Amino acid sequence: MTTKKATAEGLRLASAAAEDVGSAGNTGATQPAEAQRPAMQTVTINHVSRIEGHAKITIKLDDAGRVTDTQFHVTQVRGFEKFVEGRPYYEMPSITSRICGICPISHLLASSKACDEIMAVRIPRAAAQLRELVHCAQFVQSHALSFFHLSAPDLLLGMDADPARRNVAGLLEEHPEALRDGIALRKFGQQVIERLAKERIHPSWVVPGGVNTALDPQVRAKTLEELPSAMAIVQRTLALWKRALDGFPEEIASFSNFPTMYCGLVGPDGSLRLYDGNLRFVAADGSMVADQVRPEDYATHIGEASMTDSYLKAPYYKPIGFPEGIYRVGPLARLNVADRCGTPLADAELEAYRARFGRIVQSGFHYHYARLIEALYALERMEQLLAEPSILETKVRAHAGVNNLEGTGIIEAPRGSLIHHYKVNENGAITWANLIVATGHNNLAITRGVRQVAEQFISGKKIEEAALNRVSALVRAYDPCLSCSTHQFGVAAVAITLMGPDGEVFDEVTT
Amino acid sequence: MTEKVKVRIDGEVIAATAGQTILEVARTNNKYIPALCYMEGLSTVGACRLCMVEVSGVSRLLPACTTPIQEGLAVATTSPQLESYRKMALELLFAERNHVCAVCVSSGHCELQTLAQEHGVTSVRYPYSYPRLSVDTTHPRFVLDHNRCILCSRCVRTCAEVEGAHVWDVAGRGVGSRLVSELQRPWGESTSCTSCGKCVQACPTGAMAEKGWAVEEMTKRRAAVSRLTSMREGE
Repeated sequence: MTTKKATAEGLRLASAAAEDVGSAGNTGATQPAEAQRPAMQTVTINHVSRIEGHAKITIKLDDAGRVTDTQFHVTQVRGFEKFVEGRPYYEMPSITSRICGICPISHLLASSKACDEIMAVRIPRAAAQLRELVHCAQFVQSHALSFFHLSAPDLLLGMDADPARRNVAGLLEEHPEALRDGIALRKFGQQVIERLAKERIHPSWVVPGGVNTALDPQVRAKTLEELPSAMAIVQRTLALWKRALDGFPEEIASFSNFPTMYCGLVGPDGSLRLYDGNLRFVAADGSMVADQVRPEDYATHIGEASMTDSYLKAPYYKPIGFPEGIYRVGPLARLNVADRCGTPLADAELEAYRARFGRIVQSGFHYHYARLIEALYALERMEQLLAEPSILETKVRAHAGVNNLEGTGIIEAPRGSLIHHYKVNENGAITWANLIVATGHNNLAITRGVRQVAEQFISGKKIEEAALNRVSALVRAYDPCLSCSTHQFGVAAVAITLMGPDGEVFDEVTT
Repeated sequence: MTEKVKVRIDGEVIAATAGQTILEVARTNNKYIPALCYMEGLSTVGACRLCMVEVSGVSRLLPACTTPIQEGLAVATTSPQLESYRKMALELLFAERNHVCAVCVSSGHCELQTLAQEHGVTSVRYPYSYPRLSVDTTHPRFVLDHNRCILCSRCVRTCAEVEGAHVWDVAGRGVGSRLVSELQRPWGESTSCTSCGKCVQACPTGAMAEKGWAVEEMTKRRAAVSRLTSMREGE
């Protein structure tokens, strides 16, 4: 078996922008792979760049060079669910938030909600509002990161742009205003988090029972003052993106453009919810599969299949079974399941989006569009929350011991539904934990999406740069967080392997 | 008992009372000597070895907390050798158990963490032993996490000398030593524990903590325990 690895655009987990600039000189994904290659029999994209975490893609071909199978592998295991056993439950928010440095707030919130259940408390009103506020700030920063820092190089410079320039440095030359907007928007979100929670990454502000300090009126004033410019950025970007969409007919047609179910949290009235709510599953035709599934009942609807070739489990809709019970989560799914957003500007954008692409939008390419609408919603929601007089109330924490031996917390993380489910003994020590993260829910869809893109863009025994980047860009559209998904630790991003019918490696590329 | 003696600490001549230890004299006179197992109001054990000082005329290093002063004693509280040993002692404490500041309830209020920062411990040069240790959550109000215990025995002395209950002891030998409550009974089942919580307040790390506090939230009131003994002495 002949393999050859090339490193390109190696983007690491932490500082996406800086890394992207740093790796600008280290690109050219396929050049070494193409040089002096005998008739080889496998292609690996090893690894997909500009995503959070590390993955590998294998594409199998038949003798005629047609795609017969694709696999999306997540290559490391971390074991959080096991090593937390024995820890006091109230340490879970800080331990599980270490799963990810991109959206630690998501884990903090889901974990704290699970702990609230164990304590059997209803947290003070201001605490719930503050948690939602910090969550919205996180949505803004995370969606800005995904759209501008990670995907904009493909979207604004073009899928076929020179890989050496298809990064943040290239954006700086050709679209400095968009890059500035992206940085400013992410900064806004991060600074709101810092002002509320004292730290941008891994704060300890959200605790079981609420939050540990009340909102400072000055922080409220400052945030309200900065909101309009963040709002303007998102509106500007939405306008730009709506114009640009016509330039991607092939990508829209082939990026995971297939029917699946969708899952996300909704309020009692069916509107979009990020922090609270019950799960709703809708079918590809928009018909209701299950509505108002309470967090504690998630396991009757969601099953988890272990995969032989990936450390990432594949959740599926249990009543339908595996693998037919494929569903998607995240921005695309949330806008598909929700009846409306519930804020005026986001609802107007949602209407335009549905008028253009239908009530249920199937193409994974539209994760980007949905992400922008959600960013607008998050900003509007922040404004609403800050306008509530009760948000300044100083009672922000409930205290209690172990009153339930089990607790489940579900929130919508930027990438989709995040489930933390714990069991404790009478003394409050964790005896069992299960985490289902957004990227896990999307595992089956990403795998199937990779196949669709591969069939469209790969032919022959080599991965052309254009095809390589489209396969990677498909993965990127889901904004997967692979470190979260396996609660893992590792170094590589994504690898793609192209493999012949007998397992011979044709081509292997590290991006 | 009130005999006055003169000693030199870092070159400065200091008048002290016979019977005092080097550490007491140094602290009274604002001379800093680090220590972890020492706590005002408790007996001294010289266990942590962070307060080692150089005494002129003595070829080996002596622990300041257990060495009584004598007339004419000359002490150096710091030197390159002492700093290197103290750093080493701190690193060995980290290597011995599973100290993970990032998720610890005492992070930001931990004496071990503070000393490590003061001594520039940015990494540990020794292999971590990663022992598999339990967390005793059986007490309704408090929790004992052996992963964070440095065996300073402050809790043992606080319970025996201040509260008078003597729930705690150290069992085993060497690296296998473990803090035990009432002959290995789980803390929550201890019949002698009065649940006063003084051991928790005396603990320099997050090994003993009140239940329910999240990361970085557990602050200790060590002075309150020390004050109890000084109030009694004054009676």
